[in-house]
Amino acid sequence: MELLSGADMIARFLKDEGVEYIYGYPGGAALHIYDALFRQEDVKHILVRHEQAATHMADGYARASGKPGVVLVTSGPGATNAVTGIATAYMDSIPMVVLCGQVMSSLIGEDAFQETDIVGVTRPIVKHSFSIRHPSDIPTVLKKAFYIASSGRPGPVVVDIPKDMTAPTERYEYSYPRKVRLRSYNPAGRGHTGQIRKAVDLLTSAERPVIFAGGGVITGRASEALTDLAHRLNLPVITSLMGIGAFPQNDPRSLGWPGMHGSYESNMAMHESDLVLGVGVRFDDRVTNNVSKFCPHARIIHIDVDPSSISKTVHADVPIVGAADSVLNEMLNQLGQRQPAEPVSLDDWWAKIDGWRDERRGKLYEPAAPGEPLKPQQVVEAVHRITHGDAYVVTDVGQHQMFAAQYYRFNQPNRWISSSGLGTMGYGFPAAMGIKLSYPDEHVVLFTGEGSFQMMMQELSTCKQFGIPVKIVNLNNASLGMVRQWQDLNYKSRHAHSYMESLPDFEKLIEAYGFRAITVHTPEELDAALEETFRSKDELVFLDVHVDPREHVYPMQVPQGAMCDMLLSKTERT
Amino acid sequence: MRHIISMLLENEPGALSRVVGLFSQRNFNIETLNVAPTDDPTLSRLTVTTNGDERVIEQITKHLNRLIDVVKLVDLTEGAHIERELMLVKVKAQGGAREEVKRTADIFRAHIVDVTPSVYTVQITGDAPKLDAFLQAMAPVGVLEVARTGVSGIARGDKVLSL
Ligand SMILES: Cc1ncc(C[n+]2csc(CCOP(=O)(O)OP(=O)(O)O)c2C)c(N)n1
Ligand SMILES: [Mg+2]
Repeated sequence: MELLSGADMIARFLKDEGVEYIYGYPGGAALHIYDALFRQEDVKHILVRHEQAATHMADGYARASGKPGVVLVTSGPGATNAVTGIATAYMDSIPMVVLCGQVMSSLIGEDAFQETDIVGVTRPIVKHSFSIRHPSDIPTVLKKAFYIASSGRPGPVVVDIPKDMTAPTERYEYSYPRKVRLRSYNPAGRGHTGQIRKAVDLLTSAERPVIFAGGGVITGRASEALTDLAHRLNLPVITSLMGIGAFPQNDPRSLGWPGMHGSYESNMAMHESDLVLGVGVRFDDRVTNNVSKFCPHARIIHIDVDPSSISKTVHADVPIVGAADSVLNEMLNQLGQRQPAEPVSLDDWWAKIDGWRDERRGKLYEPAAPGEPLKPQQVVEAVHRITHGDAYVVTDVGQHQMFAAQYYRFNQPNRWISSSGLGTMGYGFPAAMGIKLSYPDEHVVLFTGEGSFQMMMQELSTCKQFGIPVKIVNLNNASLGMVRQWQDLNYKSRHAHSYMESLPDFEKLIEAYGFRAITVHTPEELDAALEETFRSKDELVFLDVHVDPREHVYPMQVPQGAMCDMLLSKTERT
Repeated sequence: MRHIISMLLENEPGALSRVVGLFSQRNFNIETLNVAPTDDPTLSRLTVTTNGDERVIEQITKHLNRLIDVVKLVDLTEGAHIERELMLVKVKAQGGAREEVKRTADIFRAHIVDVTPSVYTVQITGDAPKLDAFLQAMAPVGVLEVARTGVSGIARGDKVLSL
């Protein structure tokens, strides 16, 4: 066995765990660890310009790769700056390990310089947290942290590391723990066979079934099984916002995503359905609208690895606790073994769904006439065309996020990257950077707004230092568009602080960091600018697209209504 | 309905705050809380009494189970169980009241564990209603201070909560 200091053990463990990048920012309490990183070459550290960006980079990487993202920050302000990113990851069940420096253990509790009880601060927004009590515990604690972060329903894990735990003078035996066991933590595996049989019975006898698939299908790598099941029974598939890409959107069975700004057909279909097969979703309030009016005719089958998700907001008639992949495969198995009874015809159901699709076809938005300000929707569609629908698409939060989700079409999992549960403005840019670093040969496109981008634009400097060529599409409506939309609808267009005065000259701003920016105002300019932007995968380009600030996101569910109660445009409603 | 949820908890720093934090974070209510070590030095036993309909109790137990530090959990109210609480109470004991307090304590099978010329300290164990009844009975005499442990409980019969 080798003798290593605590700090060297951390660096070494990260290597042994297969971590390629960590994202972070140094400071007093973390300096021993930084020194250890300096003396090795396997783990690459990316120096951000704000710790929040480090967490979002790790998060973006985790969503794209399915592996935990790793963050390193110092105590006090370093750790508190990471809080928003930890909360973002927690809400969307993203695996992340956050290593926080801490003041020396002898000083804890004395309000020492840069002391914050970060374990306490983050307690409600982590899956679990650890404080290192002895340097020799470092390998096992880190292994537990990675295991907990990435298994079951994933989530962020904070590891608090007092400075004396990493002191270079003291050395301990190190070996990489291949496996750890926790007696109190056993993530669900296979579902209950009897429950699965009930689910299959219901599925094969329903007249108006829908699948409702969430992020759990993506993290649980169950897209294939889900797709098989949908094909086998010819089921309509709706994914949550987190589940986008879990089922190919170019499949005719895909109805898109439901909820507040979800597609007309998915909201109608879910409301009218007689059976909802929920997989890895949490039926959150942005989907259900008023829960008491949710799916009045449907029975609910709910598959989830996390039992606390089941019957939390919506009562499940058939709860199944288990990993999505295993449960769906068992369903396929049982279907295969059945006598091929006369299947219930879904023709009427599909006719109804196609009717809803036809109702809205061609009516979703009005593209801009020549010379007119561009519509954000058409910009997203144009980006979809030029990237052939297989870019990594990252968003910030606001109208542009919804437009990106509505008009980019995803055929694979892990390509739609967006802060859904917390809705964190500022998330997008660093998340895109985290992805691009690990997927340099792919297009990574950020759809952002001038509001969101300004929350994390300091990271241009990080892109410059490490050469991270993301493509930034700024849907610039010179306003906090989503806020403005609500003010138009609910506050008689009193635009309290939802405008953006004194916007920077984005071209100059971008050029100051040595990158190229292109400004676009009209439809005529768009295609050439996109050609330029996406010509190579090795250049950061910032496309400042001035879009119509009056545009609203539709459909939009009516507050407190059922899923089917929607505004369809400024003048139409269901 | 009132439920008594009892659990084995990793004897780790921060474990208790995670349990308590969960209750406030998710708007669950805690009526009493009792924690102490067990015969196994790596485990504490924590018992909480709470109120809620079936849906709320299901959520409470599921979320508690989700905490990494919670090793095992039982809702004692689901089966036959024994529930006990210990209370120390100081009451005014002067003149005729001294005899009255003594008599009432005997009826409740309580013990007077400390005595001054003007105050008795009474120790009483039982379920919560019994303790409440004793306090009511003492009210006319004058209750000066109350210290209750909160409910602790255990299932009846062969069932055990262990690893
Ligand atoms: C950190 C944070 N603060 C506030 C909000 C509330 N909020 C949601 S959308 C939005 C406006 C976003 O503006 P912009 O990025 O320009 O996007 P747009 O809606 O104009 O497309 C705001 C302020 C938020 N989601 N996150
Ligand atoms: Mg905007």
